[in-house]
Amino acid sequence: MTGSPRLLNDAASRWLLAGLGMLILVVPLLNLAVPETSPFHLSTYMVSLFGKYLCLALLALALDLVWGYAGILSLGHGAFFALGGYAMGMYLMRQIGSRGVYGNPLLPDFMVFLNWQELPWYWYGFDNFFFAALMVALVPGVLAFAFGWFAFRSRVTGVYLSIITQALTYALMLAFFRNDMGFGGNNGLTDFKELLGFSLTSAATKNGLFVGSGLALIAGFLLCRWVVVSRLGRVLVAVRDAESRTRFMGYRVEHYKLFVFVLSAMLAGIAGALYVPQVGIINPGEFAPLASIEVVVWVAVGGRGYLYGAIVGALLVNYAKTWFTGAFPEIWLFLLGGLFVVSTLFLPRGVVGLFGQRRQPPPSAATGGNN
Amino acid sequence: MLETGRHLPTNILYLEGVTVSFDGFKALNELSLAVAPGELRAIIGPNGAGKTTFMDVVTGKVRPSAGTVFFRDDIDLTRHDEAEIARLGIGRKFQKPTVIESLSVAENLELALRGERGVFTTLLRRHAHDAREQIDAILARVGLAAQRARPGGALSHGQKQWLEIGMLLAQSPELLLVDEPAAGMTDRETELTAQLLREISGEHSVVVVEHDMTFVKALDCRVTVLHEGHMLAEGTLAHVQQDERVIEVYLGR
Repeated sequence: MTGSPRLLNDAASRWLLAGLGMLILVVPLLNLAVPETSPFHLSTYMVSLFGKYLCLALLALALDLVWGYAGILSLGHGAFFALGGYAMGMYLMRQIGSRGVYGNPLLPDFMVFLNWQELPWYWYGFDNFFFAALMVALVPGVLAFAFGWFAFRSRVTGVYLSIITQALTYALMLAFFRNDMGFGGNNGLTDFKELLGFSLTSAATKNGLFVGSGLALIAGFLLCRWVVVSRLGRVLVAVRDAESRTRFMGYRVEHYKLFVFVLSAMLAGIAGALYVPQVGIINPGEFAPLASIEVVVWVAVGGRGYLYGAIVGALLVNYAKTWFTGAFPEIWLFLLGGLFVVSTLFLPRGVVGLFGQRRQPPPSAATGGNN
Repeated sequence: MLETGRHLPTNILYLEGVTVSFDGFKALNELSLAVAPGELRAIIGPNGAGKTTFMDVVTGKVRPSAGTVFFRDDIDLTRHDEAEIARLGIGRKFQKPTVIESLSVAENLELALRGERGVFTTLLRRHAHDAREQIDAILARVGLAAQRARPGGALSHGQKQWLEIGMLLAQSPELLLVDEPAAGMTDRETELTAQLLREISGEHSVVVVEHDMTFVKALDCRVTVLHEGHMLAEGTLAHVQQDERVIEVYLGR
């Protein structure tokens, strides 16, 4: 049992992968191959909507890696998601070229509007897709590293850490609202035309983005599984359950937290980058503290500390959100709050805890036991 | 376990003039103390005598405001943090039994086993192939072989104490600091614990902080009495029990 290959040795993970695999095959088929007159036809709008859910599921997965395993309750994961989204948005803005309203070949519309004469230095390179793709993971990773370096070394834990992650995303939101930051102020980045030469309005591109999001989620899930079944994964659980015990066993707790926090932030950034071309806009609202708290609700509802629970939770809650905000917009927030209370009180293992065999007992306190 | 080729130090642990103050209150007041290699030592004293602070200083949790703390004669422990001190070969058992509740008994021991502790090593490399034998041997020694697959959180209080002692054995430190191991144990368990600690001393140096006099008697070792942060008396239990000052501050009351 010590170190045997158990990447996919639990049934739930295999079911999840099979389900996701089916989804990325069936959805494009129903959209592209089934005629529009058929009742089985899926609209292109729905394809993008599902693609959006898959990105949010990847964000939830990233949060579960730090919260469910290392006990780090980040209330600012939306910040990493938004930064990845902005990096992608900057690439998409540069792709517009001279097709903008003002027809400036170099400057995005909002800069022309602000009477800027030249492109700020930090926009250089974003006309190159590979550079932008690198920044999608690198920018959130570097921010997480800098933040984690100070926070974990100073042994900020529990609710204090949660509060400063919340402050982090709030500060970024305020900064991105400012026009002179050079990211489009409160309008953000929008009016995207194409990605790698493919028009973002075409059904084929939307299906491609959907499949890409699905594959990214599967790859992210396998990566997280690989981390949590390794010996490092058990050290993370030890940090969550008994931090000082782990330290007195000779583990550098802060290094482990930093590693997993940076990895998680990069996954969140990738999720944001796939999200933006599907919704067509990125604005500072993505940094809102409430957006990050919602991610915590998805993970709690789905079941924390199983990885697949986070994915199930994100898909369920977001589907419910789409339905309820359409049918009963005024009660959605009450329902979301109620869902969180109910899952905390009655479903400590979340929705996935209702099914199947449990190997691990549920994590004890909200941020992991400690002495 | 002393590695071959390393010289045997005169003292495994040596404290001189160690003072720790919290807001003016001196938890340790010029404490000086020496523990020999392979020795079993009991530290007793009333509440607030500084027993736990002493352990905090040795394991790097608290930095002394004055004084020196040396491990193996030449390693200055005040310059290292908890994780480094653990890697140098000092293990600590908490007063309240602390095990990893959601990992199995065997996984708890696996984490404690000697070996590289770096992030990327634990991510990429498996344990040495004899890890399983080592774990089995420790499980047999602490009497938890039948519990190996149960989660740590499902064990009884006494079993958790034993698992934590097992984790210390897996770390195989040169010096073990054990904080009130008999707390919450039955008489039989207490007796077995004393026997186990006697067995492992010699191979390891062991310092036990304890309240329970029957247990200290069963340890049958040199005793240091602390009072208000400094050493009051030292010697056999019989010897310190006759010391007038000890009777006055502690045993007499």
